[in-house]
Amino acid sequence: MIRGLLVLLGCQLVGELLAALLGLHVPGPVLGMVLLLGLLTWRRPGPASGVVRVSEGLLRHLQLLFVPAGAGVFSSLTLIGASAVPLVAGLVLSWGAALLTAAGVALLLLRWRPAKEGA
Amino acid sequence: MTLDPGAAWDAATGSPVFGVLLTLAAYQAGRTAWHRTGRHPLVNPVLVAVLLVGVVLWATRVDYAEYLEGGRLVALLLGPATVALAWPLHQELPLVRRAAVPVLGAVVVGSGIAVASAVVVTGLLGGGELLALTMAPKSATTPVSIALAEDNGGLPALSAVLTIVAGILGAVTGPWFLSRLRVEDARVRGLAVGLASHGIGTAQMLHESRTAGAFAGLSMGLTALATSIWVPLLVPVLVPLVT
Repeated sequence: MIRGLLVLLGCQLVGELLAALLGLHVPGPVLGMVLLLGLLTWRRPGPASGVVRVSEGLLRHLQLLFVPAGAGVFSSLTLIGASAVPLVAGLVLSWGAALLTAAGVALLLLRWRPAKEGA
Repeated sequence: MTLDPGAAWDAATGSPVFGVLLTLAAYQAGRTAWHRTGRHPLVNPVLVAVLLVGVVLWATRVDYAEYLEGGRLVALLLGPATVALAWPLHQELPLVRRAAVPVLGAVVVGSGIAVASAVVVTGLLGGGELLALTMAPKSATTPVSIALAEDNGGLPALSAVLTIVAGILGAVTGPWFLSRLRVEDARVRGLAVGLASHGIGTAQMLHESRTAGAFAGLSMGLTALATSIWVPLLVPVLVPLVT
């Protein structure tokens, strides 16, 4: 358990170090995810290892970790209310456009590949 | 000795324990509601928890900054939890490798459309330059959207809120929306929701299936990267056209 947390926090810290060092706009934890992926591929830990158990525990309750930032909505209500139309429409339409584009492009490319291989 | 309930209350709500306890209690209530309704997407645990925290803060007149003393301790775990997304990704790696081209194509094009449409729609509807800039990075995960808003002249606090709302929107309606369009491939569902709704969407996809969760986590990470490239490229071109 402690060992697992050490691995996760270690990857995050190295990730933050790399991001700062290279001046990247990628958050440290995202680089840490890439580092851990490399580590997992190299060491191949079993399902009972600390890092796996801690990871599964954290991911089971990933939603919990967004609650504090989400509650910030209420302190921005006056600002949102003043420009409700561009903010709400901008958010919803742009969200939908992003979702549809990503799904569409992925489907197109997934279909195109096997067709090419089969030809 | 005289009892001073007012001072005692201030001491209790001023302690970080208040924020931690309120966050956990609201989330537990959200989960209970979610299970009781047969995991109905509208009864999303984050959505319920956020509303409950809002109601409690309003009723107790504790301000958000004070709540955040404890709330920030909970949110601290977001870092290691993001790192932990490597685990489902590792388990799905053979599947991810075979879909490398569709993954990259969807993320590059999808995040470009996310940034462009955010700026164009917000600007054309009269949001002005400031709000268009604030909306631009909303598909990237919260720490990135905040950093991008800071660098490009948006309002970081509002970008954070818009990002969270985009996340909740995706967790609540994303799976339903994709099912209506008959997008059943777990890889595509994960990719799309992870792109449009970052970590909150990913949390929802992890409940759908391991494959969907792995692709959502990957998509979220790549979208953070792609968005930070797209925002400085697209914003200077598009903002003058629409404001």
